[in-house]
Amino acid sequence: MAFDYGKYLRLDKMPTLWCWGCGDGVILKAVVRAIDKMGWDQNDVCVVSGIGCSGRFSSYLDFNTVHTTHGRTVAYATGIKLANPDKHVICVAGDGDALAIGGNHTIHGCRRNIDIHMIVINNFIYGLTNSQTSPTTPKGMWTVSQKAGNIDPTFDACKLAESAGASFVARESVIDPKKLERSLVKGFSHKGFSFMEVLSNCHINLGRKNKMASAVENLDWIDSITMGKMKFDKLEEQDKTNFLPTGVLKEDKDADEYCEMYQKIKDVHQGKRAKITQDEFEKKI
Amino acid sequence: MVNKEKALIKTREIISTGNELAAIAAVDAGCHFFGGYPLTPSSEIMHTLSDLLPEVGGVAIQMEDEIASVCSVIGASMSGKRAMTATSGPGLSLKAENLGLAQMAEVPLVCIDVMRGGPSTGLPTRVAQGDVSQAQHPSHGDYKSITICAGNLAECYTQTARAFNLADRFMQPVFVLLDETLGHMHGRAVIPTEEETKSEIKLRKQFDGKPEEYFPYGVAQNEPAILNTMFKGYRFHFTGLHHDKYGFPTEDMDTCRLLIERLFNKVEAHEDELELYEAYKLEDADIMIIAYGSVSLAVKEAIRVLRKENIKVGLFRPITIWPSPAEKIKEYTDKIPKVLCVELNMGQYLNEVQRVSSRLDIDGLFKVNGRAISPYEIVEKVKEI
Repeated sequence: MAFDYGKYLRLDKMPTLWCWGCGDGVILKAVVRAIDKMGWDQNDVCVVSGIGCSGRFSSYLDFNTVHTTHGRTVAYATGIKLANPDKHVICVAGDGDALAIGGNHTIHGCRRNIDIHMIVINNFIYGLTNSQTSPTTPKGMWTVSQKAGNIDPTFDACKLAESAGASFVARESVIDPKKLERSLVKGFSHKGFSFMEVLSNCHINLGRKNKMASAVENLDWIDSITMGKMKFDKLEEQDKTNFLPTGVLKEDKDADEYCEMYQKIKDVHQGKRAKITQDEFEKKI
Repeated sequence: MVNKEKALIKTREIISTGNELAAIAAVDAGCHFFGGYPLTPSSEIMHTLSDLLPEVGGVAIQMEDEIASVCSVIGASMSGKRAMTATSGPGLSLKAENLGLAQMAEVPLVCIDVMRGGPSTGLPTRVAQGDVSQAQHPSHGDYKSITICAGNLAECYTQTARAFNLADRFMQPVFVLLDETLGHMHGRAVIPTEEETKSEIKLRKQFDGKPEEYFPYGVAQNEPAILNTMFKGYRFHFTGLHHDKYGFPTEDMDTCRLLIERLFNKVEAHEDELELYEAYKLEDADIMIIAYGSVSLAVKEAIRVLRKENIKVGLFRPITIWPSPAEKIKEYTDKIPKVLCVELNMGQYLNEVQRVSSRLDIDGLFKVNGRAISPYEIVEKVKEI
């Protein structure tokens, strides 16, 4: 039987405002399929999005949905999750959202390792506002704010998340929606902060002036800069610079999850246990 | 808010500080979530709540910055819990954008601002009342702010508890202004018992019909949105964009206009529920002093001294400062020949008094050096005018 997307989508809000061929729709479908696989009750899921094309993600989904301010998804989600630790909270942010204006919240969400599932849709550009440089725009590309060519170094979102303390980190692209779906399921199943970067195309605002004006050309380019983790790991160090590894990049099932840790604080104050001490932690500093 | 007759309220005596009393009030009023960031002179509120909230099953979290702290509070409140943040001027500036979202999406929360000297870093450990204008309109766009200013230790408790009820009634942020003097003042306060405060809790309205008939923002033009608790089967959408009755973004001209008009109407149509002030020795006064916050304590002492010398002075103290008790101010300024505004800023409330009274002859005594005003400075000024 065909998958019933209608159950999870607000079909009366369609068509989406995304351009034809946009990768966001592929991610929307993958997220819906992954949530279905998780068997979560629609009422128990909250999707929080920020500002940008990805900001509209939440409005098409029939869950409890929140469209917040630019960059603040993780901060809003932290409040929702801590106040409702038994519910499922998903953040959807763009590259500018999560890595520029909201960088601080992304870092600290990862550091706390709170059980939030963060999907960062990286299309390498500020698409909604017409092609300004983002923290992931490759050097030398044309942007409307750097018409001579971008000189800003790029950010590796997954490396950032790993070193900031996220216990699950994965990168996929919209080229293979099935693989994306599988990674999302792994991320959703993970207890702790799961950071999932999804590389997506913006042939309209990135591609048009960078010789990949169609979705296919843009996806071909994404294909050319990505490589499965296993293959990537075998490369010589100097060859790694021009590729982004895909797949599950980090999975630490033993890391302390923040809501569970906060329960310990409650227990201390309710006289159910002694104060938390350094001895309880393997990693002390 | 409907208050019991004063004599019927069961009270207790506490020796504490303004900041601690505000924190205790939050817990008694059913606050479940606190998100904060260290900011002198408000930090003791976070310190106290980080002990008290986990004890009752709530959460107090120190976030990574002021912006995140208010965002986490809005998130918790969206999910249906009573939530609060506390800060001072610089923090309020940082929270402004997201407080705007809470106004737009009609998310209730309490924001305590313990005022210090400004602008910028100003005088972090000194007193001022420089955030009065800011609390009227912290962010861009059009809405009507609700701001309360506590005038003594007991009010740090009672007004914080009241703020939670007002936030849930009007479905928007409610600001409680303390100042450094009040926040750090240590003394005796007679406040309602915990049970008394709990019995006054009035939570936000909930829709209990069929989910398909639920329109969170589809309410009368003079009423706030009805936002059901999250995760209970009423799935809807929050946004900071202009939105329709479902909460979905829209650019429809009439819907957009009606939404902003309603954000004004829901407050203006019920100003009687908000109005709160103290009129002190004004019956026979020839001179009226208008003051709020800790300044009013010095004013009362000055009045005692001046009355001994047969100078008939009284105090008008707005407690709900935004919206201002305009009719009352007009009534008194029409009647009383001399009016003096005493403020720890350059006259932020004087502007409002001038506006509502249509009088331009109102005197001002302003102090902006970070020190509390002494009763004798007020006595001197009154004798001058």
